[in-house]
Amino acid sequence: MAPAILAPGARAQRGWEPMRPVQFIIPAGTGGGADQMARVIQGIVSKHGLMKQPMVVVNKAGGAGAEGFLEAKGARGNPHMLVITLSNLFATPLATGVPFNWKDLTPVTMMALDEFVLWVKADSPWKTVADVIAAAKDQRLKLGGTGSKQEDQIIAAAITKSSGAPFTYVPFRGGGEVAVQLVGGHIDATVNNPIEAVTHWRSGALRPLCVFDDKRLAGTEKMTDTQSWSDIPTCKEQGLDVDYLMLRGIFMPAGVKPEQVAFYEGLMAKVRETPEWKELIQQGAFNTTTLTGDAFRAWLTKEDERHKTLMQEAGFLAQPS
Amino acid sequence: MEEIGLLMQGFAVALQPDNMLLMLIGVVLGVLIGVLPGLGGANGIAILLPLTFAMPPVSAVIMLSCIYWGALFGGAITSILFNIPGEPWSVATTFDGYPMAQQGRAGEALTAAFTSSFVGAFVAVVMITFVAPVIAGFALRFGPPEFFAVMFLSFASFVGMAKGSPLKSLAAMMLGFLLAAVGMDTVTGQLRMTFGSSEMIRGFDFLVAVIGLFGISEILCSIEDGLSFKGQKAKIDLKVVLRTWKEMPKHALLAARSAIIGVWMGITPAGATPASFMSYGVARKMSKDPAGFGHGKIEGVIAPETAAHAAGTSALLPMLTLGVPGSPTAAVLLGGLIMWGLQPGPMLFVEQKEFVWGLIASMYLGNIAGLLVVLVAVPWFAAILRVPFPIIAALILTVCAIGAYTVSNAEFDIVLMLIFGVVGYVMKKLDYPLAPLVLALVLGDRTEEAFRQSLLVSEGSMGIFFHNWLSGGIMAAGIALLAWPLLGWLRGVIASGMGRARAA
Amino acid sequence: MSTTTLEMAPVVRSTAQGITRNAMEVATSVTLALVGAAAIWDSARIGAGWGADGPQSGYFPFWLGIILAGTSFANLLPILRGRGEHAGKMFVTWPQLRLVLSVLIPTVFYVAAIPITGLYVASAVLVAYFMMKLGDFTWRSAVPAGLATAVVAFATFEIWFLVGLPKGPLEDMLGF
Repeated sequence: MAPAILAPGARAQRGWEPMRPVQFIIPAGTGGGADQMARVIQGIVSKHGLMKQPMVVVNKAGGAGAEGFLEAKGARGNPHMLVITLSNLFATPLATGVPFNWKDLTPVTMMALDEFVLWVKADSPWKTVADVIAAAKDQRLKLGGTGSKQEDQIIAAAITKSSGAPFTYVPFRGGGEVAVQLVGGHIDATVNNPIEAVTHWRSGALRPLCVFDDKRLAGTEKMTDTQSWSDIPTCKEQGLDVDYLMLRGIFMPAGVKPEQVAFYEGLMAKVRETPEWKELIQQGAFNTTTLTGDAFRAWLTKEDERHKTLMQEAGFLAQPS
Repeated sequence: MEEIGLLMQGFAVALQPDNMLLMLIGVVLGVLIGVLPGLGGANGIAILLPLTFAMPPVSAVIMLSCIYWGALFGGAITSILFNIPGEPWSVATTFDGYPMAQQGRAGEALTAAFTSSFVGAFVAVVMITFVAPVIAGFALRFGPPEFFAVMFLSFASFVGMAKGSPLKSLAAMMLGFLLAAVGMDTVTGQLRMTFGSSEMIRGFDFLVAVIGLFGISEILCSIEDGLSFKGQKAKIDLKVVLRTWKEMPKHALLAARSAIIGVWMGITPAGATPASFMSYGVARKMSKDPAGFGHGKIEGVIAPETAAHAAGTSALLPMLTLGVPGSPTAAVLLGGLIMWGLQPGPMLFVEQKEFVWGLIASMYLGNIAGLLVVLVAVPWFAAILRVPFPIIAALILTVCAIGAYTVSNAEFDIVLMLIFGVVGYVMKKLDYPLAPLVLALVLGDRTEEAFRQSLLVSEGSMGIFFHNWLSGGIMAAGIALLAWPLLGWLRGVIASGMGRARAA
Repeated sequence: MSTTTLEMAPVVRSTAQGITRNAMEVATSVTLALVGAAAIWDSARIGAGWGADGPQSGYFPFWLGIILAGTSFANLLPILRGRGEHAGKMFVTWPQLRLVLSVLIPTVFYVAAIPITGLYVASAVLVAYFMMKLGDFTWRSAVPAGLATAVVAFATFEIWFLVGLPKGPLEDMLGF
């Protein structure tokens, strides 16, 4: 810390660099997907010395992340704050009526997209999506997911809308818990992210039916004796026209300078080059699409609209009080 | 016994000099983290996790699990000395630990707490070593109705505990439940009782409330009688450890029962906090001298500490075998495993033998290292009470403010802590019991959640709580525990009624 | 710095003046009843019924509020009828209250100052103030002790554990 005090004029020669510790806000609890990713990024940055200042991770999970977003909204112009986002960037303001919108932040970069897979128990009679849909029409099936009026329940509503099969959505606190509830047979199906359920798939307890993406997953390594990630059909192939991907993106507060955004864009690009990051991407079968700048903004605008439509149709919008 | 061979290999890994050094550093760091309220457990490990990314996975997990042990041990220190629980599961330890410290028996209470923590954790580790695969499957049987049944049992074992006015106990408990409900309703995503304030969205964190209700209010209460803390004159040296140890074998049965409760609650996975409350409640109900609890009874320290640590340790089992964390700390460790390229879950025991057994061996060694470190430090910890009041009061206030802030990085929580401090002061002086409030606050929302998840699953039928022998059995045990004092009371009424009839 | 106010002789409770226990009982019961009422009101707003598959969001808070309000009234009744078991007793005597306030008021200022000055500066002042005002320490030992507290806390949290605590203009000036 001594040099920082002694030589304030010595830095900032080549582009902008952080001058104090960077706060990295996670609008979710410890242990979840966003938390894991943020801490991996923090670990990579410190291990490879990608930034002179330390990165301090802060969880602000209150109100499905509303707390973290409001904090970032209030920190206008602060270049030493980053936010990692998940789908609650769109869903939380819509579901709770908290005054916040993604436009209150500066988009930096999309790190990856998280996939969703429809899982059932391996010893269940359902081998295809059509089996599940037929069974659900026959007797209401219980579909477990993380949180309420968030991504998992939005997918559940979209399945019902597309296929006409009703599901009882049972919310739990975390993805790992949901997967185990399915293994234990307390619910009938889940839409877990790959990373949350992969170990149960490999141990032979769960069966993936389809992936909610318009193309198959990339991994061709055998995960079980017979299947790799790429062997899972897309839901569209199976006759269920639903696709949903979850944003894992990095944002800054509004009102920051372009050179500051550029610094973090470069930093995250370096992070994505490291072996640790590639390992994480492979483990979690993430969709490796990355976007920055205007393309990212366009994507965000489109997704925001899509969430509004999906959530309105499902009746998830907050009642004006 | 394949396990023994694998365990020995594990010991060989853990006993390498550099791993031993990491173990020692981990324990010391952990104690420090546990002592600072708010920083403890999950936060502490999350903070230190990135430091370990550069190490080999086995060394990293050895260091982190030693931090975990250290934090488990450290949580008891502030509970006993200042009535400030550093961790949720040390709350029950304050009930008798703090009165003991006030009576000048701080060294005794600390020794009892550390020793029983060790025993609890040790039982759990032995269990993990030998019956892991069998027991892991058991956790799968716990769906929402079973989870609710366990919560119900925790409440049932605690009800009837409070002294004084039943109306005031009820009011305190209702207040606890209401505070727990503030914020987002996890089942519907609806905001409840936030009254439009963005500070209320977060809800009332248990630790913020407890730091105020217990810690701050205690300072206010104790200064009424002059500017000093009680219990300063305790004679403290290492002999107190040996003296207390001589007493401990008397409580072997209590420790065994508490360890079983703890292990069971850790696997289910209800976690360490309900385990500590349940164990304390059961110890009191089964005691020959229930009225002595809450006034500095050593059993009141042994029971919750043993159970909390047995639960905290066995909570690592569902994390390793199922990928479900039994505690927030385990959740952070889980993230670490993934970062090191290890996929927790059923395949871990098959594919990563060296890692798993290295970890289990480090549990044994870390636990022993932890016990030695904290026991040697007992006189120093207890000597803190001799620091002049003005200094210690200001330091406690500072540490409380830091603790309240770090729970969720909110300045408003420091204000809340102060409000809770005044509320706690008033409630204590009016004989409103704080234990039911705290119990309701810490378990309230999980209980409601499990209840409503169950009804979602059953489509509204209450019968689901008795749908199989497991949840039905736990519910029945809970009802029996609730009915126990009622039966005694009824018998008394009938007996006196008959007596009167005979006299007439 | 005088410490005379704090060296009051112990006062016999029954004869001393102060806030009566009954007044405090009433105030607490009314406050709790109001909390209950707020819960009932908010829960009714979001739906406190029993839906097709279980209770709605407001169901439990609604009934909790009713029980809380009910028990508070029940606590109130004997006191209002003058039959409280603690009638005539003191909640806190004035000298006791003065002692409590001697800690509570600085603490309120401390908490209020944290958002403005940051936690470290406020803590340093608090420690020094307590030592001089409540103890017999001179500024010669109190000021260094306050500074030491702040520096140790800063080193532990900001530098070692990388935990950010509230900071103010001073830390800003130093470049943190």
